[in-house]
Formats: sequence, structure tokens, C-alpha cells
Amino acid sequence: MAQNVIMDEAFERRKSGIGIRMTILYSIIYGGFVVLSVFQPTWMGARALLGLNLAVAYGLGLIVIAIIFALVYNHLCRVPATGAATRSRSASGPQAGQEEG
Amino acid sequence: MAIVVFIMFVILVLAVSVHTNRRSRSVDGYYVANSSVHWGVNGVAFAGGYLSVASFLGICGLIAFFGYDGFLYSIGFLAGWIVALFVIAEPMKRRGTFTFPDALNRTFKRPGIQLAAGLSVLVVSLFYLVPQMVGAGVLVEPLLGIPHYWGVIIVGSVVILIVAGGGMTSTTYVQFFNGGLLLLFAGILTVAVLLRGVNTAELSVEEGVAGLERYRYQEVAAEFGEENLRVDLPGAEVVGRHAVVDRHTGAESLVLYRVSRLIPASVDAGGGYTANIKGRTPNFSAADGTSSGLGVHWTVEQVDGQPYVRIEDWWRLNTNADGTHRLVETQFRAVLPDGTVLVNGAPEGASNRLRQMGGISEIPEAYGESTGPVDPLRLLSVFADRSTVVERPRSVAFNTEAGERVTVHYAEPVAGSVFMRPGLMFPLEPQAGEPSITTLLNRLNFISLMLALFLGTSALPHILIRYYTVPSADAARKSTIVAIAGIGLFYIFTMYLGVGAVTSGALNPETSNMSAPLLARSFGEVLFAMISGIAFTTVLATVSGLIMAASGAVAHDLLPNLLRRDVSDNTKVLAGRIVAVLVGIIGIVLGIAFRGMNVSFLVGWAFAVAASANLPALLLILFWKKATAQGIIASILVGIVAAVGLILLSPDMWARYGLDPTTAPMPINQPGIVSIPLSFLVLVVVSLLTAKKEPAPAAA
Repeated sequence: MAQNVIMDEAFERRKSGIGIRMTILYSIIYGGFVVLSVFQPTWMGARALLGLNLAVAYGLGLIVIAIIFALVYNHLCRVPATGAATRSRSASGPQAGQEEG
Repeated sequence: MAIVVFIMFVILVLAVSVHTNRRSRSVDGYYVANSSVHWGVNGVAFAGGYLSVASFLGICGLIAFFGYDGFLYSIGFLAGWIVALFVIAEPMKRRGTFTFPDALNRTFKRPGIQLAAGLSVLVVSLFYLVPQMVGAGVLVEPLLGIPHYWGVIIVGSVVILIVAGGGMTSTTYVQFFNGGLLLLFAGILTVAVLLRGVNTAELSVEEGVAGLERYRYQEVAAEFGEENLRVDLPGAEVVGRHAVVDRHTGAESLVLYRVSRLIPASVDAGGGYTANIKGRTPNFSAADGTSSGLGVHWTVEQVDGQPYVRIEDWWRLNTNADGTHRLVETQFRAVLPDGTVLVNGAPEGASNRLRQMGGISEIPEAYGESTGPVDPLRLLSVFADRSTVVERPRSVAFNTEAGERVTVHYAEPVAGSVFMRPGLMFPLEPQAGEPSITTLLNRLNFISLMLALFLGTSALPHILIRYYTVPSADAARKSTIVAIAGIGLFYIFTMYLGVGAVTSGALNPETSNMSAPLLARSFGEVLFAMISGIAFTTVLATVSGLIMAASGAVAHDLLPNLLRRDVSDNTKVLAGRIVAVLVGIIGIVLGIAFRGMNVSFLVGWAFAVAASANLPALLLILFWKKATAQGIIASILVGIVAAVGLILLSPDMWARYGLDPTTAPMPINQPGIVSIPLSFLVLVVVSLLTAKKEPAPAAA
């Protein structure tokens, strides 16, 4: 039981770490889009990919990348078999937060 | 048909509310739907609640009127979900029970945190409510043929019934229903746009299949004489002039002439006259305009025994490269000092309204007049081509010496390569003669907006409460992923709806917010009815979520802490229902007051307030161990005051007060770039200053 709780905490930390890293990565891609739009708006009109200009390709790319990141994150956050029971008990219903507190 | 669909949707959502009433009598049932919603349903409900009229009506309209800049909202609105998924979703579920202030207060258990966070939820909800209500009025006005304020009142009343009746359960199912319909019909409309393609051959009719013949605006030669401009029109005389002066260069960037001219008329059955004015056939009484109280804005004259109507209308001056001049016909609406309204020089009425605008005048030669059906990438490629010319609707408003308020609408040809990159709404490149400080402020305004959109999503109260309607943290994460997929797909559709709307030439020059329904009407009345009905449920879904969040904040977070005693569950539910009614009424009043502003623009402000007030507290309490209760409270309060204060001092609000926007104390419209870092800074500084006085946290 105690071992499961420790594994769960480690798993939560791992998930949190993955989430922060993916947020930073996405922020960099998003920041690049904003910087290009602000300082080189004419570049955004240049042809870039599949006949699309850079503005459209980058903009649609940001949306598609967000969806891909979400799916990858979900895959990485699948509950390990050993921790599943503990987690399902510790987060079941509106009282979950109070129990943990 | 649109009215039938509208009524059907109202009956449906009210039936859901009645059906779920029984399940909303307990506190858990009313506020979090007993935390028993399936993650798939919750994910679609996330999308249905988040995809507000700002996304559906606002973005489509902004893309149609301002090109790519409208799509920036789509990108920002979706990107914000990354923060929500990776950083906020699961910790929020694990820490909270009913509301976002619960989660914030779990570590310190201080009434001050609960009060500050509850206040923040209330403020952000009200800011977000305004654009939804404005959108509701815009939608219902043409749909039911009733005034804007009645639209706002109807929507407000229905939402109050949904929330006060069925609480979170009915809100969830209304949002689920709306999310599914939005995705389905935005997809159908996108396919229709792709099948139509891009064409320069004018569509045969406007205003739907039962509309009127399209009108080709006149362009006539004009020559400057010794005293005045001579215009090549029957009986024409220039009687007025208005110029828009560039405030940096002093040059006249737009020159309009008021031309008095004769138009052939015919006698109608009532003994009055009718004349063809811009393809419409308004009626004129037998006497001249003076006797009907309209002043002398039109008269009936006899020339060679034939009746003519003399009207005055506004024309735009075009100067060709060879120095010759031409006048191009525009449309206009004039409100006379006595309140009478003229449209294009004739009395406004059912037979004389402004015409729709937009259209494509040129596409790459290889396609001839039409591309025919195109694939999704080809459509955007054609649109972004430098040889494509988009007829973008523009307008300018001014007062004449006679005290008339005139708004002139005209088409501005824009190259596709310019239309499909940033710049038309946010002028990011230095303009001729523009001081470098203006360029800098324009850029800061843009960065500020994109920052607020990115950071605001995960701090919106009506999004945060949805993490508590699912049974576990895993379900919270999965439902967020469903939301990202659905919302992302929808935002890709918005690009096609926007360019499709301008291609269809079906834009209402007076409001960008109606672009999506009018695009649908260009395909027929059935699609128009469905899209209008869905836009209406979109308002209901978002507003019910917002009112639910506000209701929870007052009844669960503010009330017990202000009364300083525990409140029974029954009282909490009763208080929640009463607050839902009160917030709904406030939303109705604000929705009427802010009529005429673009809904996406207004939503940008709500995101800025949410990101400033809530996000620093949320992030630092999760990831910074030195955060103290005082730091959290100070950050929330400073975030609210700074964001709201800067908005009230912004150029747009200055213009709304009737003042010169260039004298506004806050030089940019978007406050996020100042208020978000300030809120973070305050949290860190106050936490460090109060760290030693703070007792150890109750739990990590």
C-alpha cells in the first residue's frame, strides 16, 4: 500500500515534469510565431509549405501541434498498472480533494 | 424557418433544464453535477462552453473584414489549452471540490483567499458575459426582427431558467449539445465553402436564395473645375465634402464627395414615386422631402415631362496614375438631427436597406473566373496569392455641418498576399510618417493580446469549474484532450468560414458579427436557420457556464466567508439559484450597453482579466513553495484592479466615453502585458516579505 502511494507520487511528479517541459516547448513555438508576426510581418506573406504562406502554415501548424502534443501527453500519462488502484481510490468524486488534504 | 429552429432549440434546452432539475437539488448535484459526468461528454461540453459567440460569430467576422488578423484569435484561443492541459487540469481536480477558489485555498485555508478568488471569478465572469450578451442581441435582431435589447433580454431569461433550474447538470448537457452541433455544422459549412471555391463571377443574388439581384456600383469620371468638381452624372452637383486626414503625414487618405443628382422615377400605385437606388426601390411621397419632415434631402422634379427624384449621396474619389479622377459609388446611412434615418439618400424602410458587401474581384489568371471546387489547401493558397484581390468592407463615420451623423461604407481592394498575413487589424509594420513610438505601441498591443489569450484560457472560471464535474484527475485530463481536439478542429474551420464569408459577398457592412449566419444564408435558408439556431445555443451554453461559475463563487466562496459562519447545503443551493438570476440580469444590462462592439475584441479583455487575476496565483501555488496566503491574495486583487483599471483607461474606452482616444492615459487597448507580469511580481514580492510570518502550510 505504502509502496503504491510512493509510486503514485513519483508518477505524478513525472507527469508534472512532462507537462512543464511540453508547455515550455509549445511556448517557444508560439513565441516564435508572435515574434515573426511582430518584427517580420512581410515574411509571413511568403510561400512556405504546400502552397500556403508562412502565416497560414505556421498558424494551422500551431493548432495541429497542440492536438498532437495533447495525444502524446495522454499516451505518456497512462496509469501504470501498479498504481491504478491507489489512484482511483484517491480521486473519486467531489470529496477527493478533501481526502487528500 | 430560422424562427422555427430558434424556438425548437429554446424548447429543447428548457426541457433539459426541467428534466435535470431533480438531480440538482443537492449541493453536489447543483454545483458539480455529482462529479459523475463521463470524460467524453465533459470534453465535448468543454468545447461547447468554450466555443462562445466570440469564436463562432466574432472570429468568422474578423477574418472576413480583417483577413488573417482574425485568425490570430483562433490560434491564441487554442494555444491556451496547452497550459490548461499540461499544467492546470489534473492538479485542479486533485486540489478542489466545487470551485477554483477551493483549489487555491486548499493549502492555506484562509478566508481571505476564498474571498479574493471568489471576487475574481465574479469579475471575470461578468467581463466574459458582456460579449456573449452583445452577440445574442446581434443574432436575434435580424432573426426575429426585434430590437437588439429584446434579443439580449430573451437570451438572458432563457439562460437564467437553465441555470437556476438545472444547475451544472443541465448546463453540461446544453454545452454538450451545443459542442456537437457546432462541430457538425461548422464542418458542413466548410465543405460547402470548398465546393463553391473562389470566383470573380458575381453570384446572381444576395441575401440568400430569395434575395435581390446583385448591384454593380457605378464609377464615373470627375474633373476639377475652377470652383468645384464636375461629375459625369445627370443633373449632378457637388454639395459637400469630407476627408479623412492621416494624423501622422497630414495627407488626405480618403476623400468623399456629396453629390446631388437626378434619378429617373416612376409613379407608384399610391400616387407617390419609386426610383431604383443602388438596386433597391424605395418609395417617395408625392410631395418633396420637406413636407414629410425629412428636410430637403430629396425632391421630386419634372424634366421633359418625366418625373425624377433628386437625392444626395456620397462618392469616393479615386485618383488614377495618370492624374485623372473618378468617383466611385458608396453606400451610407445618415441619422438626421430629428432622428430620421436615410439610407443612400432615401428614407430607410423594408424596401431600402444597406446592401451586403465583400467579394473577390480578381483571382490568379490560371483559374479564369472561378476555381470551381477546391481542396482545403488550394483554397487558402488561392486566397493568399498576390494576384487575388479581396473587396474588403470598410466604413468611416463623421458628422456634417448640418448635424447629420453619416456612416459611409465602401469596398477597399486588398491583395490576397496582404489579406492573408498579419497587419490589417493590428498595424505591425511602420506606416509612412508614423512616429517610432506609435509602431512600438502597436506591437506591444499585439504582444499583449497574444499573451492574454495564451495565458487566459486556463484561468477562465467557467472552464475551471468543469474539472470538478468528472470523477477523477485522469478523467479531467482525458476530457481536456477531447476538448483540445474538438476546439482545434473548429478553429481550423473558422479560417474557411471567414474567407468563405468574404468570398460570398454576403457581409453586413454594419456588423462583422453576422458574417457566419449570412455566409450560411448564401447557401440557402435551411443552412441559415440551422447556423442561426446553433449560434443561439452557443450563447446559451457559454452564458450558462459563466453564470454557473459566478453563482458558485458567490454562494460557495463569498457568502460563507462574508457571513463568517457555515451555510447549510440547502441555503447554498438556494443562494446559487438567486445569484444566477441576479448575474443574468446584470449581464442583460451590460449586453445592451455595449452593443456594437466586436465580440472577439471584448473577449480579449476578459482573457486579460482572467490571466492577470487568476493565473499567477494558480501557477505559483502549484509550483512555488514560497508562495504565501498574503502573496496569493495580493496577486489576485492587484491582477483584477490592474487589468480592469487599464481597460477603463484604454483608447477604446476613451472613445466610448466620447473623448479623444489619442489622449487616453493607457496608450494600448490590451492590458495583459502590464497586468499579468505585475500580478506575478506582486505575488513573489509579497510572499517573500511575508514568508517568515506565515505558518507552515497544512499540506503540500
